Order: sequence, then structure tokens, then C-alpha cells
Amino acid sequence: MLDLIWLIPALPLAGFLLILLFGRKLGDPGAGYVATTLVVASFAVSVGVFADLLSLEASERAGHVQRLFEWVPAGALHIDLAFLADPLSLTMCLFVTGIGALIHLYAVGYMRGDERFSKFFLYLNLFAFSMLMLVLGSNMLVTFLGWEGVGTCSYFLIAFWHERQSAATAGKKAFITNRVGDWGFMMAMFFAFWAVGSLDYAVVNGGAAGMAPTTSTAIALFCFIGACGKSAQLPLYLWLPDAMEGPTPVSALIHAATMVTAGVYLMVRINPLLDAANSYAPTVIAIVGAATALFAATVAVAQNDIKKVLAYSTVSQLGYMFLAVGSGAYVAAIFHMVTHAFFKALLFLGSGSVIHAMHHQQDMRRMGALRKLLPITAITFIVGWLAIAGVPPFAGFWSKDEILLFAYDKSPVLYAVGLVTALLTAYYMTRQVIMVFYGKAHWHDAHEQHGAAGDYVGSAAGDFTPHESPKTMLFPLVMLAGLALVGGIIQLPSWSWIPSSLAHRLENWLGPIVHGHEHELTRDAHDLSGTLALVAVGCAVVGITAAVLVYAKHKVKPIEPKILADGWGYDRAVSWVMGNPGRRAFDGVAWADAKVIDGAVDGTGALVRKAAGQVRKLQSGNVRNYAAAIGAAVVLLLLWFVVGRGIL
Amino acid sequence: MIEFPILTLLVVVPAVGALLVAVISKRHPDLVKVTALGASVLTGALALWVLFAFDKSDSGFQFASRHAWIKPWGISWHLGIDGISLFLVVLTGVLFPLVIVGIDPHRDHKRYLSWMLLLEAGVMGSFISLDLFLFFVFFEIVLVPMYFLIGGWGYEGRVYAATKFFLFTMVGSAFMLVGIVATAILAKADNGQVTFDLIKIAENAEFAAGTGRWLFFAFAIAFAVKVPLFPLHTWLPDAHTQAPTGGSVILAAVLLKMGTYGLLRFGVYLFPEAALWARPLFFTLATVGIIWGAIAATMQSDLKRVVAYSSVAHLGFIVLGTFALTTTAVTGGVMQNINHGLSTGALFILVGMIYERRHTREIAQLNGLQQVAPVFAAAFMVVMLSSIGVPGLNGFVGEFMVLVGSFATARWWVTIAAAGVILAALYLLWAYQRVFHGEPDEANSGFAELNWKEASLLLPMIGLIVFTGVYPKPMLDRIEPSVKAFIAHVEERSNYHEPAPAEPVLVELEGEG
Repeated sequence: MLDLIWLIPALPLAGFLLILLFGRKLGDPGAGYVATTLVVASFAVSVGVFADLLSLEASERAGHVQRLFEWVPAGALHIDLAFLADPLSLTMCLFVTGIGALIHLYAVGYMRGDERFSKFFLYLNLFAFSMLMLVLGSNMLVTFLGWEGVGTCSYFLIAFWHERQSAATAGKKAFITNRVGDWGFMMAMFFAFWAVGSLDYAVVNGGAAGMAPTTSTAIALFCFIGACGKSAQLPLYLWLPDAMEGPTPVSALIHAATMVTAGVYLMVRINPLLDAANSYAPTVIAIVGAATALFAATVAVAQNDIKKVLAYSTVSQLGYMFLAVGSGAYVAAIFHMVTHAFFKALLFLGSGSVIHAMHHQQDMRRMGALRKLLPITAITFIVGWLAIAGVPPFAGFWSKDEILLFAYDKSPVLYAVGLVTALLTAYYMTRQVIMVFYGKAHWHDAHEQHGAAGDYVGSAAGDFTPHESPKTMLFPLVMLAGLALVGGIIQLPSWSWIPSSLAHRLENWLGPIVHGHEHELTRDAHDLSGTLALVAVGCAVVGITAAVLVYAKHKVKPIEPKILADGWGYDRAVSWVMGNPGRRAFDGVAWADAKVIDGAVDGTGALVRKAAGQVRKLQSGNVRNYAAAIGAAVVLLLLWFVVGRGIL
Repeated sequence: MIEFPILTLLVVVPAVGALLVAVISKRHPDLVKVTALGASVLTGALALWVLFAFDKSDSGFQFASRHAWIKPWGISWHLGIDGISLFLVVLTGVLFPLVIVGIDPHRDHKRYLSWMLLLEAGVMGSFISLDLFLFFVFFEIVLVPMYFLIGGWGYEGRVYAATKFFLFTMVGSAFMLVGIVATAILAKADNGQVTFDLIKIAENAEFAAGTGRWLFFAFAIAFAVKVPLFPLHTWLPDAHTQAPTGGSVILAAVLLKMGTYGLLRFGVYLFPEAALWARPLFFTLATVGIIWGAIAATMQSDLKRVVAYSSVAHLGFIVLGTFALTTTAVTGGVMQNINHGLSTGALFILVGMIYERRHTREIAQLNGLQQVAPVFAAAFMVVMLSSIGVPGLNGFVGEFMVLVGSFATARWWVTIAAAGVILAALYLLWAYQRVFHGEPDEANSGFAELNWKEASLLLPMIGLIVFTGVYPKPMLDRIEPSVKAFIAHVEERSNYHEPAPAEPVLVELEGEG
């Protein structure tokens, strides 16, 4: 199967082309099933390649490159369109295609009846293709191709309902903010190319140890700027909450499970560079990650839009992953990426099911008591909640715990930030579950309109009974709930009661990629791991209890200050800077262009005209006449040339 | 052996076509159109033939044709084509028939087509002349039809725009004429006789450093105006905006390239030492142009002016690459000439189609077009993404090569120039949102969808945009040898050495042989 790697991205590309050509004929739901089938096929190939790799000795699993053709060959630059199959890229392929297939299927139900149904799947398959190019690329430029591709698809899909200005603006904002990060990615490539003469990961990573530390630091940190854009970290996270304007399956697939993890993937991919870089480079990454995790968690506490809570939560969880990367815990970062993909996709799809049931109402204050009407959605959502809150034995517990362990080893401060974030996470997720599924039903008390924008304009209120979603939507929920429940099994810690054959499986699998660069835990931290896990569970319990007291028992008044609801005013501040001094500077340039530079031209023209006033009487002063004269002269010259000199 | 004079025909066919169209009576409008189309298609076919017959292993000038013209002055009809000019010729050959058949000037077809064909002859001649004097003649010919096309078939401010275009370029040309004559005379001692032959002068002439710099600037000013390089660019938005669609397309796609091509072929090639000396200046102007043009584009209220200013930014990349003087950067710059021609040409066509339907180019008057004309919007989107430089489409490949190649010799400029990619997304996406997104109002709700004729004009361009982005190798394979020879020439004639990256070392991975 190893020589079939190319099929993994080619199948969704084929889906894209099929829908491009026959989308209207396939229609609703045909186009959706075509798209889903091709992603399922891609998943099947991924499983096959995975099995192939698994059958090899651990030492032989890395570095299988498949070259398709020379893409950009010029001068010293030689870039192939080539794929790299190794444990890391296959891990990514498996969960991108696996979760992607489930979300495709879900979307067949969710998008039913939309007038641009087939176009939705056109974009979705193009996205799957781009994402797979991103993770399979054997050099930075192919990854960048996918990187920009997923960004473009994200733009299309956020602005999918483009008649709505807020959606159009959100799409544009996502693209442009990401471009800031792309600048960093490009700079990283420039440094890498001139340092080692290639953009192949094998060469760049292999040459890391031999580079000047400033070079490896520059490459790593510029890559991190790119990662901050794509993975929504401070200070570039701004676009992700707005991206919720897109249809909910898009939020689940692109803005929770797959695309936003691309930055984490990139950092893990270049882990030898991080290892070779100056020690402040990983520290910077860990600090940004921890800060983002805490920042976004505080904001999530005060959101009322069901999807906004999840959006800030995603930013926060991505922060954990970068905390892991900065702490040298690459396996933990990937582990959390995978478990997060399970439970966050689940939560988003669950929220989509709720929104669907609520006739596109997204304000949680208008929900409540939905667990009886939407039993399957409620149960699966609760599984997702327990997973993200870090309750054992759900998947999130294991992966978050592993990150906190490494953070503890890196710095107690980072650990403390991570712990507080865990507490807040348990708190805001419990709040969400209570507001949506428990308490009193609020969907009839219409009248007072709240701010949250529905997936469609003019969300209904009042006279309806929420209903459970169709099977195509419920099946993915159940599957993902199962994964969120047991997903932790891929990387269990080495505690005495866990059979050693089950422990550290992901770590062993990723060994060839991170070996020698992954941070080695100190003895001290290692011994403490059981204790730290208990502390983490304690935090989760405290967070859940607090939220129950506030939102279910109403013992304490909710603390939802406006400043948190507004995301600490950061978005507003940035918008203000762009809109005022930024806009004025741009206006200034346009003014200078018209008045100063072009003004000088016109001024010179006027001056010449005045000075030439006298001479002018002798001449017509009409450019047209000059031009005609030159034209005639030229034609005569040519004629003489051709006829007179007999050139032909 | 007398070879088939294919390059001469590239000039003569459109010139004769222009003459025929001019003499055919107005009473036979169809004959006029068929003649014009025939001449341009024939030229296009010849250009394609050149493309397929081109020997990619040969870095020198091919299909050369040389005849003495004015012997005592050493002026000759010397034509030749290499990897640097090849695709410019092909682009010219392919684009003219598309423009002639696909874009309707609405009135006085006879004169319009006649000027168009003369324009094509001039452009072709400029790209294949290897004699300074001959080049100058073609370079000047181009001015005339363009002037009349803007002035005769343009929009409300056409007279001002045409005059500005003409005067700007004429002033530049005056410098170049002086430069050409001075170069030939000063090179006499080294050549043994007066000659205007580009290759002879480049190979033999030894200019004193000071002299070389003066001469270089005489050429460079003319080309900088044509590119246009900041701050000599203000004629461009007016000319672009006021020109009829066909004129804008040709102006952006090929006319501006006479500037970037000229800088490379005449400026740097003849005076490598001076060019190296002037590099910081050109890096700076190019980079300022990239940022300045993008910012100015953002603030325009006229859709056509947005595209026009985007040209200032895009051409900045080409100039940056040209002066960076690494094989990767120069090859990228040469390629970017073509990429910009395709994507900006297509953008002008699309803006022209919007004008045809709505009789306005004001962004504020347009909205919600994606809802009423999704296919039209999709075509605009693909072309726009190519202009933004999204990988997988043509614009990215050239831009990336320019930037990565220039990083060794112009690190800080590249750092700033690369930020231009952020701005490119800003001005285009913002314009797109205002024009295409949202609900269409009454005036826009009747906006007609792309029709078959329009689609057949855009499809070949979009096809090339995608093909070149995915598989640029055939193009790069033909450009690169000539660029290598060009850089070798620069190295030989100055103390420059092209920097090379470290030799890539593939560290043995675990498990591999």
C-alpha cells in the first residue's frame, strides 16, 4: 500500500473535480454522498498505508518519500511535489480522513435543502485534499501549498452564506489574519533554503544540528508565527471566533478538528529544529501557548452563543498543544490534538444538532431542558463535556494530564497556568451543558432578541418544539462519542496498574519522528505523575461543582463581566487601530500618491506649458499631431526596411 | 543557409495586417474583422511554432536573423529569441487574438483593429530586437497606437490619460535615445567600429565605471517609467483606467513588461557593474512600490484603479528579482512577467465585463454579484486568487522564486516585500467582498451571468493560470538556461559572484539503506 500514498489526497481531489463538473446533476443529497464516499475511500487507503507501516520494524517506518514530479526547479532551488509517509503524517491522515468522513456524512443531513448544497461539498472536498497535502508534503513548500489551500477553503466556507455581510467579513478576516502568519512561514522557508539548500524536511531537520543556532532559532520562530496564524494563537487568534459564521459542520471540521491543528503539526514536524534552536525559542512557544490557553478560557466563561463558547474553547485547547510543543512534549501535543479532534468535533456537531433543532437559534439563554427532546444529542454532548473537562477515563483526561506533566517539568508557573485553565474549562463547559440541556426551557420566551447571530438570518423564536436530528447526523455523533470515551487508550501513562503493553503506544509509534528531541522527564516529575493527575482531576471537579452551584442550583450569581464577554476588548482594540490610525495612514498614502507624486507631475506639466507659451505659436502643441507624425515616420522606416533592403 | 525568417514574420505579419485593415473600405466591416483576426491568429500560430521549435538546451539566441541596415552606423535588423524573451513573445502572440476576437470596442472597428495590429508589431519587435537602434524604433512605435487607443476608445478622462501616458514615456525615451547613441559611440573603440549591436557591445565594450553608470541610468529611466517603478508610476492608473478594456489588457499584460524586460536585457546586461552599484536603489524603489502600490490599491474606489495599482505592486516583485541577480530570483522574475500578464489581463477583462453590464466601475455601485452570477464570480475568484499568489496557481510560483532567490542578496528588502502578500489579500478580498458578497440591490440584481463567448475568452487564460501553477517546469526549463547565461555574463563583466546555498545533505534516516 505504501506506493498508494498519492491516492490519499487524490481521492478527495477527484471528488472536487466530479462535483465541479457534475455538481448540479448530482444535486442534493447526491453530491454530498459522492463527497463523503471519496473521503471514506481516502480513509480506507490511509488505514492500508498505516497497516503497512505498522508491519515494518519501528526503525524503518520513517522517511518513505513518493515523488510525483518536479514542481519548482530553478537555479539552486529544486522542489518536488512529493509525499512523505511516516508515523506522524499517517497519524494526521487517519484522523483527518476519519473525522472528515464523519463530518461529511453529518453535513449531508445538516445542509439538506440549502440552495448551494453541492457547492458546499465542492469546497469540503477541496479542503480535505488541501489538508492532506499539508500533512503529507515531504517538503515545506508542498505543506505550504496545503496550508494556503486550507486557508482559502476556510475563507470560502466561512463566507458560505455570503449574502450575510457578517459572514463575508469573517471570511475575509480569517484569510487576511492567516496571511500575516503565512508571511512568517515564507520567511522560515527563505532561511531554511539558504541554510541547507533545500526545503525537504529530511534535509532541513537533518541539518538542524549543524546550523548556527541563530538560524535554527529563526526558522523555528518564523514557523511559529505561521502556526500562530493558522492555529489561532495570541496575538493572531482573532479570526477564529468570527469564523463561527460558517455552517456548523465547517466549524467542526476546519475550525476545531483539523485545519487549526496544522500549526501544531508543523511545529512537531520540525521538532529537531526546535531542539537545536536557542533555548528561548521553545520557551517563547510555551509561554504563548499557556497565555492563549488561559486567555481564551476566561473569555469562554462569559459567552452566550453556543458556538462561540466552543470557539474560544478551541483556541484555549490549541494553546495547550503549543504549551506541550514548547515543553518538548511533542507526543503529548499530537495526543491532545487527536483526542481534542474527537471531543471538539463531537461538541461542535452536537451544537449543530441543537441549532438545527432550535431552528437556527444559537443563544444558549434561549435553550434549556433539551436533554429530553434530544436524547442522543444530549448524551453524546455530555460525553464530549466530560472528555474536555478532564474527567477520567474520558480521552481528554489522559492527554491534558500528559501536557500538564511536561509543563510542570518545564516551569511551575506554566503548570499553574495550565491547571487554572483546566479548572476554567470544566467550569465553562459545565455551564454550557446546563444552559443547553438542563434547567427550564427558554425557547418559547421569545420577544427580547439577543445578540447571537443564527446560522441563517432571522432565526425563529417561539412556536416550535425542538426535534432530534436525522440519522445521518446522529451516527457521527455516536461514533465520535465512542472515540471521545476511549480515545485515551492510544497513549496511557506507565502507572503500575496499567499493563505495560498498553502504555505509551503513541509514543512508541511516533518514536522515529521525535526520538532524541522529545524532552526527557526528570525523575522528580516522573514520580509525581500520579499526584499531578489527582490534582488535575481535583481541578475538574472544582470547576464542575462551581458551575453547578452557579447555573443549576443558582446559589451564586453568575460572574460574567462584560470585559470577558468582549474578549478583554482585544478584538475591538485591534479593529480600532486598523480603522482609525491604520485607515488614516492608508488614506495618507493614497492622498500622497494623488497629490504629491502625481501633483508634482501635473505641476511640471503646467509649468512647461506656461514656459512654452511663446514657442507654442510655432508648433501645434497637439500631442496627437506629434504622435501621428511619429507613426507615419515609423511606418515609412519599416517599409524602407522591408522593401528597400529586401529583408524578406 | 537561408533560414525561414520566422522572427521577421512575427513583426511583419501584424504590421501588414494593420496596413491592410487600414486600407480596406469601411463598407466591409466583416472583411476588416476577418483580416485583423487572421493576422493576429497567424502571428499567434507563429509564436506557438517558435515555442515548440525552441531548443531548451540552448541558452543563446535562437532563430537569429541578421541583416545590415544602415551600414555606416552599424545598425542592423538583428532579431533573436532566448528563454528570457520566449514567453513574452508567446504571451503577446496568444493574447492579441483573444483580445481582438473577445473584446468589442463598440465603435470604429476598422481604426481600432488597425492600431491594435500595429501595436502588436511594435511589441513583438521590442521583445526580439537585438540591435539597440532597432529596439528603440519598436519601443517608440508602441507608443503611437497605444496613445490613439486610449484617446480614441477610452472613457471620460481619456485625453488627459493618453497625453500623460505619451509624455511620460516620451521623456523616458528621450533619455534612452541619448543613452543608445552615446553607448554606441563610446563603445566604438572596443568594437573597432560603431555598432548598435546589443551582443557585440555587451561582450566587448569596457566603460569606465562613471560612464557606465550614466549610461545605465539613461536606459534605466526609460524602463523605470515603463515598468512603472515607484515614484514614476502615476501615469499608469490613469492610462489603465481610461483605456478601453482591450487596451488595458494589452497594457498590463505586455506593455509594462517592455520595462522589466528592458531593464534586464539592456540595463543590467549592458552595464552589469553599474547595475550592481545601483542595486540598493532599485531594491528600495521596488520594495516601496510593492507596499505603496498595495496600499494605494486598497483605497481606490474605482475597481479598475484597484487592479491598476496592484500592477505597481506586482511589477515591484519583478524588479526586485531582476536586480537580486540569483538564478532563482531572475528566473522567477521572468516568469512573473507572464504570470502577471495572465492574471492581471484576465482581471481587466472581468472588470471590463462588469462595466459592459453596469456601465460603472465604482465599487460602491456594485454589490451582491455572486448571488446573481455565481459562475462569473467563480471566474473572478480564481483569477483573483492567482493575483493574490495562492499556491497551485501561477502567481505563487514566480513570486516565491523571486522572494526566496532574492533573500541571499536583498534580505531586508525581501522581509518587507514578503509582507506585500498580506496587503495583496487585503485589497483584493476587500474589493471582492464589496462587489460580490452581500445581497444585490435593484441595479445589480439583473446582472447577467457569464455567457459562452465570454467564457471562451477566459477559459484559456484560467487554464494557463492553473497549469502554470501546478506544473511550471516546462516554462522554467526554457527560461533557466538563458538566465544562467545572463548571470554568467554579469559575473564575467563585474566582480559579482552569485551566492549559492549550502549543498543539500540528505542525512541518512533511520531505516533507509
